[in-house]
Amino acid sequence: MIAAPAVGGTRRVTDRVMTWLTASAVLIAMAPLASVLIYVTLQGASALNWDFFTQLPKPVGELGGGMANAISGSLTLILLASCLGLPVGILGGLYLAELGNGSLGWWIRFTADVLNGVPSIVVGVFVYTLVVVPMKRFSAIAGGVALGIMMAPLVMRTTEELVRLVPNSLREASLALGIPWWITTLKVVLRTAAVGIVTGVVLAVARIGGETAPLLFTAFNNQYWQTRLDQPIASLTVQLYNYAIAPYDDWHRQAWAAALVLMSITLLLNIAARLVSRPRLMARRPR
Amino acid sequence: MLTVFGFSVVVLVGWMMIQLLVTAMPAIQRFGPAFLWTSRWDPVHNVFGALTFAYGTVASSLLALVLAVPVSLGVAIFLAEIAPVGVSTVLSFVIELLASIPSVILGLWGIFVMAPFLRKVVEPALQGVLGWLPLFSGPMYGIGLLAGGMILAIMLLPIVSSVSREVLKAVPLSQREAAYALGATRWEVIRTAVLPYARTGIIGAVILGLGRALGETLAVTMVIGNRPQIATSVFQPAYTIAAALANEFSEATTGIYISALIELAAVLFVISLIVNAIARWLVWRVGATPTAMSGA
Repeated sequence: MIAAPAVGGTRRVTDRVMTWLTASAVLIAMAPLASVLIYVTLQGASALNWDFFTQLPKPVGELGGGMANAISGSLTLILLASCLGLPVGILGGLYLAELGNGSLGWWIRFTADVLNGVPSIVVGVFVYTLVVVPMKRFSAIAGGVALGIMMAPLVMRTTEELVRLVPNSLREASLALGIPWWITTLKVVLRTAAVGIVTGVVLAVARIGGETAPLLFTAFNNQYWQTRLDQPIASLTVQLYNYAIAPYDDWHRQAWAAALVLMSITLLLNIAARLVSRPRLMARRPR
Repeated sequence: MLTVFGFSVVVLVGWMMIQLLVTAMPAIQRFGPAFLWTSRWDPVHNVFGALTFAYGTVASSLLALVLAVPVSLGVAIFLAEIAPVGVSTVLSFVIELLASIPSVILGLWGIFVMAPFLRKVVEPALQGVLGWLPLFSGPMYGIGLLAGGMILAIMLLPIVSSVSREVLKAVPLSQREAAYALGATRWEVIRTAVLPYARTGIIGAVILGLGRALGETLAVTMVIGNRPQIATSVFQPAYTIAAALANEFSEATTGIYISALIELAAVLFVISLIVNAIARWLVWRVGATPTAMSGA
């Protein structure tokens, strides 16, 4: 940092005031985060118990019960989404990094970023018209498709970022040994970037695991264990939403418990992924 | 082969557009462009107009920008220009955590913590000082347009500030050195040399935030009150397009009702495409690389 020159009067006062104003902006920005963390932890901890993880939801009026089906439902949905989103995301990202320097690459990169910004509820409506209407019922498959569509552009862009970090000498060494381009790409480049790509995938999973809007009318919800993928399926987020807006205190307690579980998982995944990936990403950035 | 996978996102966006328009066709044909500026939304009589939802979406998003942009800019300036590198790294990391909290959890917090706080503390204070303005008049519920705007502001903050920070960091060091050489104080360097250079990118960051605000669904649905009306006071409930979709979609029974809801989704989709495209273009022009991790 460069030392500020010695100047007097109003100019120095302005400088000080603005410095403090920007610093207080940081404090203002952290206040809601702190408040959310504290409330979710306190309220959630007092509501969380073993039943939450092992019991099915109880009907209205009966106390207790848990969200075991919603937890397994969320995992199922994430798995389904990964089947769709990961291949498209990783291979698409590989294309962008290895071949996508022309105008087609530009357009794909641009569309991926735009798709990233499309409201998740619109993705839900799209999948509703695409999957739910022809199947004539809400289903786990529809939920998985919706989340998969959200996952693909995210994974694509992080994969691109990390594959670009693979040094060219590795590719050249492999090609010099007479290994075809596609094997080089899959076995050398992809393997070298693997840790980073997994990081991107973890972030994407954390993100879609917290999504609710696209599930409301694709996966819908379900109060029981689900055994089939063409049936409605429960998820932690939709259950949390339904419980939060319901008028029952016991459901509110469960909503806080669900929030604590969901938030802990999301934050842990995010912190872990960022700690692993940060030095890599920093390496390529100017300054 | 890889090209196919990359190109699939382009196909997907085109497909979404066509699919939404085709399924919305019955409503588009029946109500015409007037759908956008009539305010009656009456599922019982199959009369649908989007104005109240469009108003709620635009009003809550603008309110969110008014609240979030000054703070985000302050954060970005502090992190990029003022704080030492170590402090800046840790703080940006913490603020970005805010972006990773699921919308539905913010909504839960909004209902039980933020809304009561607004009702008991913020809204009486606002009314006490500025109550003569229609904007701050009327009964105070806690939930309403102000709560919707606040929760959106909280969600925008990490996005706008992290993209702005990247943009500020992309400003060449020579810009700063030149201003320092002329004897400017640090704030004068920021104001005269750094911010003008980064202006396009910062506008891009704000528009990116706007795109996010327009489509944000659950947290807003939970605190905005969900009453389709155009009120003068920010204390009154409102309704957004995204919230209408979330609440009404699974209950829609008649074909024309569903079609009208899909038309709402199509409107939201087109707006978000335009807004995001402009934002990306502006941010890219400055040369900062928005990544899926830090940007969106």
